[in-house]
Amino acid sequence: MEYVIEMLNITKEFPGIIANDDITLQVRKGEIHALLGENGAGKSTLMSVLFGLYISEKGKIKVRGNEVKIHNPNDANDLGIGMVHQHFKLVHNFTVLENIVLGVETVRGGFLIMDDARAKIVNLSKQYNLRIEPDAIIEDISVGMQQRVEILKMLYRENDILIFDEPTAVLTPQEIDELMKIMKRLVEEGKSIIFITHKLNEIKAVADRVSVLRKGKYIGTVDVANTSKEEMSEMMVGRKVIFEIAKGEANIGDNVLTVRNLSINSKVHGKSAVHNVSFDLRKGEILCVAGIEGNGQSELIYALTGLLPVDGGEIYYKGEDITHKPIRYRNSHGISHIPEDRHKHGLVLDYTLSENLVLQTYFLNEFQNKGFINFKSRLTNAKKMIEQYDIRSGEGPITLVRSMSGGNQQKAIVAREVEKDPDVIIAVQPTRGLDVGAIEYIHNQLIKQRDMGRAVLLISLELSEVLGVSDRILVMYEGEIVGEVDPKEVTQQELGLYMSGSKRGAGYERKETSE
Amino acid sequence: MNVKKLLSNRSFKSASASVFAILFGLLIGYIILLISNPAQATRGFIIILNGGFNGGLRGVGNMLHNAMPIILTGLSVGFAFKTGLFNIGASGQFILGAFTAIYIGVKWTFLPSGTLWIVAIIGAMIAGALWGGIAGVLKAFRNVNEVITSIMLNYIGMYLVNFLVVSTVFDLTRNQSISPRAAYLPTGGMNILFPLSSANIGIIIAIVVAIIMYIVLEKTTFGFELKAVGYNREASRYAGINEKKSIILSMMIAGALAGLGGGLLYLSNTGKHIEVVDILASEGFNGIPVALLGLSNPIGIIFSGLFVGHMNMGGFYMQRLRFVPEVIDIMIAIIIYFSALSLAFKSFIENLSRKLGGRTK
Ligand SMILES: Nc1ncnc2c1ncn2[C@@H]1O[C@H](COP(=O)(O)OP(=O)(O)OP(=O)(O)O)[C@@H](O)[C@H]1O
Ligand SMILES: [Mg+2]
Repeated sequence: MEYVIEMLNITKEFPGIIANDDITLQVRKGEIHALLGENGAGKSTLMSVLFGLYISEKGKIKVRGNEVKIHNPNDANDLGIGMVHQHFKLVHNFTVLENIVLGVETVRGGFLIMDDARAKIVNLSKQYNLRIEPDAIIEDISVGMQQRVEILKMLYRENDILIFDEPTAVLTPQEIDELMKIMKRLVEEGKSIIFITHKLNEIKAVADRVSVLRKGKYIGTVDVANTSKEEMSEMMVGRKVIFEIAKGEANIGDNVLTVRNLSINSKVHGKSAVHNVSFDLRKGEILCVAGIEGNGQSELIYALTGLLPVDGGEIYYKGEDITHKPIRYRNSHGISHIPEDRHKHGLVLDYTLSENLVLQTYFLNEFQNKGFINFKSRLTNAKKMIEQYDIRSGEGPITLVRSMSGGNQQKAIVAREVEKDPDVIIAVQPTRGLDVGAIEYIHNQLIKQRDMGRAVLLISLELSEVLGVSDRILVMYEGEIVGEVDPKEVTQQELGLYMSGSKRGAGYERKETSE
Repeated sequence: MNVKKLLSNRSFKSASASVFAILFGLLIGYIILLISNPAQATRGFIIILNGGFNGGLRGVGNMLHNAMPIILTGLSVGFAFKTGLFNIGASGQFILGAFTAIYIGVKWTFLPSGTLWIVAIIGAMIAGALWGGIAGVLKAFRNVNEVITSIMLNYIGMYLVNFLVVSTVFDLTRNQSISPRAAYLPTGGMNILFPLSSANIGIIIAIVVAIIMYIVLEKTTFGFELKAVGYNREASRYAGINEKKSIILSMMIAGALAGLGGGLLYLSNTGKHIEVVDILASEGFNGIPVALLGLSNPIGIIFSGLFVGHMNMGGFYMQRLRFVPEVIDIMIAIIIYFSALSLAFKSFIENLSRKLGGRTK
């Protein structure tokens, strides 16, 4: 009995698309098996079939050598299969503890017994170094911790076949390292892991074998040790992918966005989230604001885009004071925003793709006449963007965005924001969750926008992206800008020192005076 | 092939779920009739199915009149629902609309009789809009759940109207409001189509309003904004939509629809008056099942309103067989339960279409 999981000839269709077309996946006991494929290749769908969320039209599943029927997640759980979803499935107003025991609560005489569960969970969290706060409410904790909750959920249920659907897309580099360690530890204990990721480094670092899907079809399975990153990406995309970001010299023009002494009070703690931040963004450059998550970058962006009121300082856009201008004024006057959280801000999931592509422009004359929607131009617009940006979905313009793959949702947002013909593009983690091909595409887009004389403000946690794409880097630490560096000169290590607050640049010294 | 295509159509799937709900509800209703009076059950059931038709054209007219207010409260609930709000306050908005219409009809007789009723129903809509707007403002600015506020506003509205009726348009001898004779609705030709029935221009207005609401929701940028806010408030804010304004407007429109229903019903020359009692207007609550059954789609609501009106008439005629009309309420309740389960029905239909069609290509 060599394989713990065998999915044989699985076919799963959705309206307009065959998400899995005769796919076979065989996972050995005790291995980390990576699943690689472009956005929309069918990875999440295949895992949802294994987890009982979808039922395949064709094919069979064997678990530990026995053929099984998995009709729902409870069946999967009974077989020892657990899953961490690409978009977490936690109850937002429940505590961490409640979420973990949900569905397998201990009940005695009709009462919920939490003590044993709590002890077990605290134990598990110590054992695996999964730091959580058992009594915190889910909506108050970071995504990193939410993910640890999802992992504990599986461990609590004593699952030994663990599915991780793009767990690292939402994590900081530090958190990713931690997760890798935990995954290795889990397989040492004899558990088996299926690991979906777009980051080839991660596959290289932890996976034993990798299976590749492309457009719903199975391409092959190879040993990670004998396969280079280039070979893997070629298997996945069907062509060579260039990892180096090719870009010419920046041709810098006038200031477009000027920020002076910007301060924002924090909602969480007493101090300010953004403190006295000043910088200039100029035409034709990609300026990156780097930093460890939670050091004020999000608040800074919300202030620039108008989502959060400012408590001090000014923002000038092409010379005009826009500090207190409404959101619509900004996004219709040439400031584009690719938001950090695509489900919260970027998309109306229950609207169709064509509706989401006009989310900020539906009121322009092009798309309406005296308040009546111009469906025809809306459709043409959608078709154009789908074509140009290669947004893949089952039913084209009328696809509900909720049913699209994560990466294609992101592409839709990028398409919408770039097509607005902006002067400033504020891109927050624009490549989160994208495959290497799409990342290459978006990086090239950002550079193209720069070369067209637009200004790009990039927020990224990915150091390789920060160093590869930007022309200038500002580092934020605890709400302040602690230094400006040149990506051509700075090393990853040095950048790390700035980001952790151990170093400050000239002109950015901490002001000790009582000013 | 065609059957298959039809079965996989999104809106067909939803609508057929409602139809299934209705069929199951009727079936269980029949069983209840069998239990309560086996001898007469089948006859009773036929009467229910015949609904308004039991009374010939007059019955049909009465059925339309019965459907008119619940179509409007159904629209009120359904419109709010489409924009992400649960308007359980239709009852209060309805009765405020009713009072305002009566007040104008009784007191503003200086207006020419042809325009008085129009002014009165506009007043009814404004009153309903303001009442709904309170819940909207609280939701938009203080994030108070509209369900709680609108339940409370139902009671406040009822007592307020009782007080206002007594202090302004009170018929002391009958303990009810004065008849707004000068503002009775025109028949709009319904008296010719359905002689001797209660039907009047109200049902025509209700249907026209439903069509307008459909257009607003599906064809205008305004509806696009309201629905976007309903689906995702944060993303709408990001897109530059004034989400507070949208929430308030949604609740005001919902309120205006319920208020219009109240105004039209109480301006009908059918002997309906506001009685000074501590009972919430049931038309408001009946709007909820009508909206559910119509899948919150304004056009669907026309039909579900007519259906519920039809059933109500059936219940009325069934009393001839000594059945209590409450049996009808039970049947409608069952139908609602099933339509709430319509998701299950939907997947049932999906399975069916898969089995019939096999692979799509
Ligand atoms: N519930 C659904 N209804 C309709 N279509 C769906 C549904 N779920 C997925 N799809 C479609 O199936 C295809 C595969 O989607 P899936 O989510 O499996 O991709 P993925 O490989 O996980 O991509 P990503 O890397 O972007 O997450 C996509 O084209 C998607 O639009
Ligand atoms: Mg996926």
